[in-house]
Order: sequence, then C-alpha cells, then structure tokens
Amino acid sequence: MKICVCIKRVPDTETRIKIAADGKSVDEAGIKFILNPYDEFAVEEALRRREAAGAGEVVVVSLGPEAAQETIRSALAMGADRGVLLKTDIRSLDPLAVARPLAEEIRAGAYDLVLFGKLAVDDYNHAVGPMVGELLGVPCVTAVAGLELNEGRGTAEREIEGGVEVVEFALPALLTVDKGLNEPRYPALKGIMAAKKKPLEVKPVELAAGGVDVLDLTLPAERQAGRIVGEGPDAVPALIEALRHEAKVL
Amino acid sequence: MASVLAVIEQRDGVVKRVSHEALTAARALADGMQGTVTALVLGPVADTSTLGTYGADRVAHVTDDGLALYQPAAYAAATVAQARAEGPVTVVLSATALGKDLGPRIAARLSCPLAADVTSVTYEHGAVTVSRPVYAGKAVYRLRIAGTPCVVTVRPNSIPPLERARSAATVSASAPTEPGPAVKTVRVKEPPGARLDVAEASIIVSGGRGLKEPANFALLEELAAAIGGAAVGASRAVVDAGWRPHADQVGQTGKTVSPNLYIAVGISGAIQHVAGMRNAKVIVAINKDKDAPIFKIADYGLVGDLFAIVPRLTDEIRKLRAG
Repeated sequence: MKICVCIKRVPDTETRIKIAADGKSVDEAGIKFILNPYDEFAVEEALRRREAAGAGEVVVVSLGPEAAQETIRSALAMGADRGVLLKTDIRSLDPLAVARPLAEEIRAGAYDLVLFGKLAVDDYNHAVGPMVGELLGVPCVTAVAGLELNEGRGTAEREIEGGVEVVEFALPALLTVDKGLNEPRYPALKGIMAAKKKPLEVKPVELAAGGVDVLDLTLPAERQAGRIVGEGPDAVPALIEALRHEAKVL
Repeated sequence: MASVLAVIEQRDGVVKRVSHEALTAARALADGMQGTVTALVLGPVADTSTLGTYGADRVAHVTDDGLALYQPAAYAAATVAQARAEGPVTVVLSATALGKDLGPRIAARLSCPLAADVTSVTYEHGAVTVSRPVYAGKAVYRLRIAGTPCVVTVRPNSIPPLERARSAATVSASAPTEPGPAVKTVRVKEPPGARLDVAEASIIVSGGRGLKEPANFALLEELAAAIGGAAVGASRAVVDAGWRPHADQVGQTGKTVSPNLYIAVGISGAIQHVAGMRNAKVIVAINKDKDAPIFKIADYGLVGDLFAIVPRLTDEIRKLRAG
C-alpha cells in the first residue's frame, strides 16, 4: 500500500502569539514549531496500515519554508519512509492556493491512500485536505475518527453534532483524520537516528497569490479578570444571584 | 445582480438553528451589496417558512429523499449548480461538521477563495470582509476577499439570528446527477440520550483534572441537566487520559466554543484550553487553587472544593427552576 501523508509545521499549542511589526503576521521569533498535532494521527495511521499490509511505502509531503524539513524529519523518525518538501516562503491565507501545488505533487505519486490532519492548529481552515480531494477527483471523507479498510473499500466514521456519520468509499481515497483515530507513537532513538539518513527531496514551488488579502492581524481584547464571588459552597447563592441579575445568563 | 446563496442544513427534516444564523449573515451581506438572498435547502424539509423570516428572498428546495443525510458529492454538485445559476455569488454556510466539509469542496469546484469559520462578515468598500480567529482564537485576522464567486463559512453562535417581516417564495430545484467519486453516507449513529454538542450549546459545564476520576463527571452531567439545555465539555488532560470522548474537548486541539455561559470546573486554565473558550460571554471558574490561571479570565470565581460546591450549585439551580 502506497500512502501519502500531508503534514504541516505549526507553532506549539502552548505558544503565546505575538504580532509582527507589519501588523499582518505572527512574530516567529522565539516560537517553538511542532508537527501539527492532527497530522500525527495521520502519520500513525499510515504506519499502521503499512505495517498491517506487510509492505508498502509511507511518503510525507509538506508545503512550507526550509525549516519544515525538521517537521518532515520528525515524521520520518516515527517511521515514514521518505519526505518531500514543497518549499515556499509565502504564507497564503487562501487554502486553494495551498491545495493546488499539493494536489499536483500527490497526483504524480499514484497513491492508494492520502491522509491529512483534519485541520492545522494555526490557520484552522479544515480546508486544504478536501480541496486536494476535489482537485484529484478521488473519494474524500473528512474528520475521520474510525476507519476500516478492506480489499479496495473503506468505511469511515466522522463526528457530527450529536452523532457519528458512517461513510463508505472506494480506494484510492483521501481522508482527513481526527483525534481519537489512534494513539500516535513517540519516535524511538533508533528512529530518530534512522530519520537523518532517509531521503528528503526539496522542490521549490510558486504559490499563487490567491484571492484573500490580509487587512490586519490583531490580538483579541484581553478579558478583564472578574471577581472572586466567595469561598466554598456557601458562596453558591451569591454566584447564582450574579449570574441571574448581573450577567443575566441564567 | 449580486447574489448571496445561503446553504441551509436540515436534520431529520427540520431546519437547523445555525442555518438561521447563516441566513442572517447572508442577509446583511446582500443588503450591503444591494443584492438578493437565495436559501438553498437540500433534502426533505416539511417547513421552509422560517427561511423568509430570517432573510431569504427566495428558497430553492431540492426535495430529493436521497439527500436526507449529508452526501458530500451530491450536496457539492447541487450547491455548485445553484451558485452558477445565481451569477456573481457569495456562498454562505455554517462552519458545522457539514459546512467544514462542503465549503472547501464548493470553493475547489468554483475555483474561488474560501474564508473558513469566520466570526463576522460584512460588505465594505466593495468587498466581502471577514474576521477569522486563528491559533484557536489567540489572534484574529481581518481578511478581504477578492471578488466573486467566494465561499464563507460562519462559526456557530457568532451571529445572532435576526427575524424580519419578510416572506420568501419557494421554488423547487433539482440536484444534477453526480457521476463523481463514490462516497456514501449510509447512516448516522446517535448515542443513547440526546447529546448536545459543545459547539452548539449556549451553556457549557466543563471539567478538568480536578474531577479526580471519570465517574465524577456525573456531577457535571447532573448540573448540566439541572440547568437544562447545557452541554458537558472537557479539558485536554482528561480527554487524553481517556475519561471523556474527544468530541467533548474544548481547546486548541478540540473545539472552539462561544456559549453564553461557560462553567469551568477543576480546570486550571492552560493557554490551549483558554484559547478555545475565551469567547464565552460569561465565564465562571470553580477551583480549589485560588492562584489558578483560569481565575484571571473568569468573570466570576468560586474558590474551594468542587465536590462540595458543584452539588450545592445543582441543588440551588433545581430549586430555582422548580420555583
């Protein structure tokens, strides 16, 4: 089974965001970058499918700056076979501009299965995966938290509001995966050492400007700390009073 | 003439409340561009009369029973066909499980920009302009979208539905046959008991490690039931520990929520959690540690043992509801 996993380099979720001098982007100084947490589930799923099949290849593809090579290496350390960096320093806010070069790269690879995380924790678009699916013209299921594959067909479960959709599809297919699908492994030291020698191809790409212009990027207004209503259960009536008559939410 | 196409969601044949929010957003956009609003209803819906009330000039209804469940390819084909028939169009969806899946598909098929999960959308200086929180709300972009067509998905609970004295004529529409890739939604599994999703709830009671063990979430379930119409959320720590399903997780690797009231119980207030709930209108924190970071963003804090406080709170609210 030949599997492609698309991954993204994103700021650690514990990072405090600072705005850059241009007022339109994030100040990256001092930020620790990580493999997008949802993409870890995608990498893990690919490795499990390859291991279950007893043969195959897991290729990780990332679109991003030079430094995204480190992100690819961390997926290689988990066990992926090789990596491709579609290198660009442009950060487009238009997901279709990002989806196009990815689709082109993936189309050339003739994969049985293409996996994405369901969203990247920086841009929160939930969009590039299904867009690539449309561009490739393959069956696509998003936010997959349960998956069965059997002889060229699959059944996926995806969470919807108050329920779970059960979706059937044929391979080759593109899936975006949700937390809960599996428990990603930690790379072992051996894997980290091996990852340094695995092939990583760097291909410069031109990103189209896209149709989304940034007017500004700002921090949300700080919430004002409120007040401590009291201590222990005896303060409950005062809390209810405040919620009913001050905040008017009860 | 400019047109705004609002995609209406139904569940079991009933229009969802979030679609009234999407329609309200569509109406405001159409008023700005002096255009019209078409509400597109996919699947069997008995009563479409509310759609005019919330801003539609016209309702296009594809009544096909095969669209009762969300079928990605057929929904995309029907929406794109309607969008093309509208001329210069802005497509508005809700950023729900359905909208997050359908929006990108439509944008790809129309080869146009998408602004996902926006919290406001206006028409300014001749362009659709949106606010969209990124990094789970740690920062907010204002984006201008170049021209039409374009697709916007609106975060639930961001735009209050606005009723107007308006009625819309319903016309029937048909779904083009979709020879495309085979993806079929065969059924929806619903957990026992009607579960309210944290992303849709107007009141959320959320628990963290302070609950000490999974069984103690029963305290929060009881509080939520006493309040009525409240959902139970969870911090990343307890989801990672397997105490609660991921669907309930609030935070940067879970859901971003904006309820009227968020009650954080035994949650310290890690930055990734706060990112997901800081847009709640009112935040209440219950924690034994008076220095917990959650108190810095809470409107009302209660310091003390949650195992004493929460049952008392449930009792008092029950009395209130009974009284």
